[in-house]
Amino acid sequence: MSWGVRAVTVRFGARVALDGVTLSAPTGTVTAVVGGDGAGKSTLLRVLVGGRRPDTGTVHRPDRRQIGYFPGAAGVYPDLSVAENVDFAAQAYRARDRQRRARLLAAAGLAGVPDRLAGQLSGGMRQKLGLVMAMLHEPQLLVLDEPSTGVDPVSRAELTWLVNRAAAAGTAVVMSTAYLDEAERASQVLVLDRGRVLRSGEPEAVVNDLPGRVVHTRQRPETELAWRRGDGWQLWLPPGATAPAPADATPVRPDLEDAVIVAALERSAS
Amino acid sequence: MTALLAADAVTRRFGDFTANDRISLRVEPGEVVGLLGANGAGKSTFMRIVLGLLAPTAGRIELFGQAPSRSVRRRIGYVPQGLGLYDDLTVAENLQFAGRAYGRALTVPAGSELAAERASLVRDLPLGLRRRLAFLAALGHDPALLVLDEPTSGVDPLGRSRLWDTIRDSAERGAGVLVSTHYMEEAQHCDRLVVLVAGRIAVTGTLAEIIGERTAVQVTAPDWPAAFVALDAAGLVPSLHGRRLRVIGADPAAVGSVLTRAGVNARISSVPANFEEAFVALATDGAAAATAAAP
Repeated sequence: MSWGVRAVTVRFGARVALDGVTLSAPTGTVTAVVGGDGAGKSTLLRVLVGGRRPDTGTVHRPDRRQIGYFPGAAGVYPDLSVAENVDFAAQAYRARDRQRRARLLAAAGLAGVPDRLAGQLSGGMRQKLGLVMAMLHEPQLLVLDEPSTGVDPVSRAELTWLVNRAAAAGTAVVMSTAYLDEAERASQVLVLDRGRVLRSGEPEAVVNDLPGRVVHTRQRPETELAWRRGDGWQLWLPPGATAPAPADATPVRPDLEDAVIVAALERSAS
Repeated sequence: MTALLAADAVTRRFGDFTANDRISLRVEPGEVVGLLGANGAGKSTFMRIVLGLLAPTAGRIELFGQAPSRSVRRRIGYVPQGLGLYDDLTVAENLQFAGRAYGRALTVPAGSELAAERASLVRDLPLGLRRRLAFLAALGHDPALLVLDEPTSGVDPLGRSRLWDTIRDSAERGAGVLVSTHYMEEAQHCDRLVVLVAGRIAVTGTLAEIIGERTAVQVTAPDWPAAFVALDAAGLVPSLHGRRLRVIGADPAAVGSVLTRAGVNARISSVPANFEEAFVALATDGAAAATAAAP
């Protein structure tokens, strides 16, 4: 069983925000959507939850009541308390399971602050509150827009744990993220760049399918196909490249960061 | 050699709250020092003290061997998290304005991506370009010390590596860099890391030194959701990596017995921890210690 979108295109006036994007989110998995600011991540998630109709393409999603959506930092009401925010979500989604509510709030570390205004929570706590609100009704599809952006690593680990629990219980999770280490841990990853899918699949497969090779060198390469990494540069040698690699070049086992950078270089070269 | 930045037992209190507790650290020329910590760990307070915007309650801070002053501050290049640009001015105007503050003409490098946007209003630029402009505005006067507060958030990986190119170039020309970040993968660009927990330095060192001998238990189970639920119920806090699970700081035998009791078929191995796992373990232990030490 799987939810998702197929060949979706969205235009804002002359600008193409999404260009033939396909995403499939099987139940019991976490799909990470990565890309920089303006890549189209939020638009894609809005199309998936039904907040925006695509110009072309199809969307396959469960009934509205079976969707949990966290639209990012704006997803909680700063002038309401933690308890009031959760009450509001519970009413909207008709989630009446008090035990589940208490368990989720405890897991998110929010059980002790029911009366605190959401606007006075730290960034990490606010994001966790948003996640709890989106998960309250045990949705079949959980869609999270950058739940971890600006959140420190400790709170990120807690958010990840809540998200993993949902996936382990059979939910299809789709989340956008700016962190590639987070994407590397997902079941599958979709790399967006200016509205287009550059890569998609299991993170390991995306890395393995990297075209050509990546080497590491301590001498600055005079090419656009190099980028800083640790104590030197990574250099991409595309398939069939004729230029010799620098004398000190050592082969590296690429990771998702290398694969995403190569995909971006490949697109800008074409 | 005089350190560019020397903090000696810097403490800053706000009422009863101690935001920085005896922080000592140095930034030498050519060195990139990463400041990591959870929200509220004291990174921003420390940066404000370095910039001379806050005075320490106790301890000493020296910049270039002197007490912070207006003339000393001119040798610092600061890129705030909010970038500090004027949205209603063009790219060229922002640089002119910044250049005047430092008494030096700043221009857009010819042929750069920014050059094509010289006459664009900053608010119309994509975030990646705005970040690059903020770097130019703050670093165009060749400061001796760079203070960067989460300089790459929201930028795609290629843009991020380009910004790090600029940062490492400055260091290679002899500048010192103090940079805060939330991206664990950025830690590898730093020569040294300082991890703050609850206002104190929990650990300093290279990436490898901080990870040290820490290990994680890796669980490969065909039915990973069952393994997750079993470990979770036992309070072992598993985390999902693709279809594998990892448990930081646990005993492989304990993980094995939980899974056996739950009737979950799994292969268990001990693997080196990654930096994020080491960081979370440190922060959690450190916070517990700080709470225990509180009166």
